[in-house]
Amino acid sequence: MISTIIFTILSLTLLGLILAWILYLVAQKFKVQEDPRIDNVEEVLPGANCGGCGFAGCRAFAEACVKAEDLDTLFCPVGGNDTMKSVAGCLGMTVAEKAKQVAVIRCNGNCDVREKVNHYDGYSSCAVMASLYAGDTGCKYGCLGQGDCVTVCNFDAIKMDPRTGLPEVDEDKCTACGACVKACPKSIIELRNMGPKNRRIFVSCVNKDKGGVAKKACDVACIGCYKCVKACPFDAITITDNLAYIDYNKCKLCRKCVTECPTHAIWEVNFPVRVPRKTESEKNEQ
Amino acid sequence: MSKTFSIGGIHPHDHKISINAAIEDFPIMDMAYISVSQHLGAPAEPVVAKGDKVKTGQLVAKSTGFISANIHSSVSGTVTSIEMLPDIFGHLVKHIVIKVEGDEWEESIDRTAQIVREIKLSPKEIIERIAQHGVVGLGGAAFPTHIKLTPPPNKKAEYLLVNGSECEPYLTSDYRIMLEEPEQILIGVKIMMKALGVEASFFGIEENKPEAIKIMSRLASASYPEIKIVSLKKRYPQGGEKQLIDAILKRRVPSMGLPIDTGVVVQNVGTALAVYEAVQKNKPLFEGIVTVTGECMSEQRNFRLRVGTNLERVMFAIGGFPKDAVKLISGGPMMGKAVSRMDAASVKSTSAFLLLTQEETKRGEEGSCIRCAKCVDACPMGLEPYLLNRLSRAGRLEELEENMVHDCIECGCCMYSCPANIPLVDTIRFSKAQVIKIIRSRPKK
Repeated sequence: MISTIIFTILSLTLLGLILAWILYLVAQKFKVQEDPRIDNVEEVLPGANCGGCGFAGCRAFAEACVKAEDLDTLFCPVGGNDTMKSVAGCLGMTVAEKAKQVAVIRCNGNCDVREKVNHYDGYSSCAVMASLYAGDTGCKYGCLGQGDCVTVCNFDAIKMDPRTGLPEVDEDKCTACGACVKACPKSIIELRNMGPKNRRIFVSCVNKDKGGVAKKACDVACIGCYKCVKACPFDAITITDNLAYIDYNKCKLCRKCVTECPTHAIWEVNFPVRVPRKTESEKNEQ
Repeated sequence: MSKTFSIGGIHPHDHKISINAAIEDFPIMDMAYISVSQHLGAPAEPVVAKGDKVKTGQLVAKSTGFISANIHSSVSGTVTSIEMLPDIFGHLVKHIVIKVEGDEWEESIDRTAQIVREIKLSPKEIIERIAQHGVVGLGGAAFPTHIKLTPPPNKKAEYLLVNGSECEPYLTSDYRIMLEEPEQILIGVKIMMKALGVEASFFGIEENKPEAIKIMSRLASASYPEIKIVSLKKRYPQGGEKQLIDAILKRRVPSMGLPIDTGVVVQNVGTALAVYEAVQKNKPLFEGIVTVTGECMSEQRNFRLRVGTNLERVMFAIGGFPKDAVKLISGGPMMGKAVSRMDAASVKSTSAFLLLTQEETKRGEEGSCIRCAKCVDACPMGLEPYLLNRLSRAGRLEELEENMVHDCIECGCCMYSCPANIPLVDTIRFSKAQVIKIIRSRPKK
């Protein structure tokens, strides 16, 4: 009886040892050589797997970083400059600082200024709606308001404002990963530099129609009148297809264009409230 | 015994309430807005300029490219402008705007009521004449007819099928022309048979139109024995090309294939009439029969409407937009397109204007899929709509292609039968377009 138990234990132990040795040999033979730095880099990445860097996930980005000769073309929008510095530290490289970006909604046409001409009752998705027809307002370029950008945002940074019917970006949460830019079928969302003190100026419209048509569809549309171009002292504004565009690298935030724009399509963000200039008579009174 | 297609399909109430309204000429309005893109394919190029005088039936835009069609003026008057105006979807399309002055037709058009029976032209001349007169398929897609009548050289047409099923609820324009101009239609069919060089033709009509079957059968057996009238069971979507071929000939069109792959060409009744008018009467396609109907309307109408008539004017002519109507659909309730702009104009393929009330058009609240498989039973293409819907929402295009999303004909049977009100067609149509784009972009083997 006891010998049977001993024999069983011994034979199973022997079998286990032999199999373990085979497994060890196989593992040695087919070992995947992986750079240990990949793990190190992955550790300093945010781990959101958002795809904002253009790679499938943080691991893929880490692999790309290790392989790359320099880090100029690679950037983790979520982690920003701090993360990129740590990545460079892991790899013993240097990295140039990049300006922080943020998603801006280039449509200004809320329910009050952009009249609805029909009512959409189909599946609630901007992409599906855009494939069916031009939209429920007179402007075929503007925001459709079904919230595809809200759905794709991994960081809870975009919300629909029920009052205006337009999405709103929370600039503290936005990581400029670009998911909303890809999701928007009307290409309204753009990544722009955050700007000094988070101040920025942009044209909040993408309407390419001629002035009259655009103005008829929406009170706050860009009508391509060239007033901002003439006002700009830095040549930062260009007009193509009846639509003004401000180059954020050239813009010095002087705000001259904002006051010139007859339709208030140019927006200023995070600037202090303007104090109305005192007229001569008021000054004299003082 | 009546025939029908083998899988799927639904039986919606037919609502053919405008069935007894005889066709009446719609009055000509003071302005006509003629779109240069009324057909599938490349838009036509305007050949008139601002200030030109045009006559009714005169060529105003010439076809460009292989798949394209000529466009003719539907009125006589002066061209006031050529500008970008919205179509019913709100997309801007080039329109030729004509201020109407009288109604002077081109002299070459035979305006007599006399029926011309003898087909003098050769097959080649027939196709040329059809192309010249801008005839397009009036079954809905507006595919240029002359291309459909010229099969590729390696394929041979065996039969011509004529679709008189009018399976969409509400529509009665095809029924009315079968009743009022039966012989012209049959001559049109004969012309197309000559052009294709086929010996036999089948003419499918659904059972809910007994009057049309009677008239057409009597005429066909008396004078046109080569055209066989086939009575079909009432079932939607019988008028779909693939379903009609299955119903009459029991042949299956391969996936991503065309009817000509099975040796068949399918044409609509309205197209047959347009072909007759183009070939025998020298009249270009510039007017069509349009049903204006809806339960909310006191009077149902069938109009002969000139192309380019403003929709607001059509509504005005029927006594204004009915009070409780909330939706205007161009076409039938199953496959028609909702009109988003009332300042748009009618086009060649406009077959109906359907007015629906809030009650009729309301979408139920979307529930969860309970895997009841009603959509699978209803799908006439043998697809699994519930699965395609889920894959579409997840954007999984490879799996969508494996599940043959590109075979979907967007008939709406799945959505009609879904007890959970899931917007199946909306999501599937969107992903189908993406998948087809990918398939087309692949290099051909």
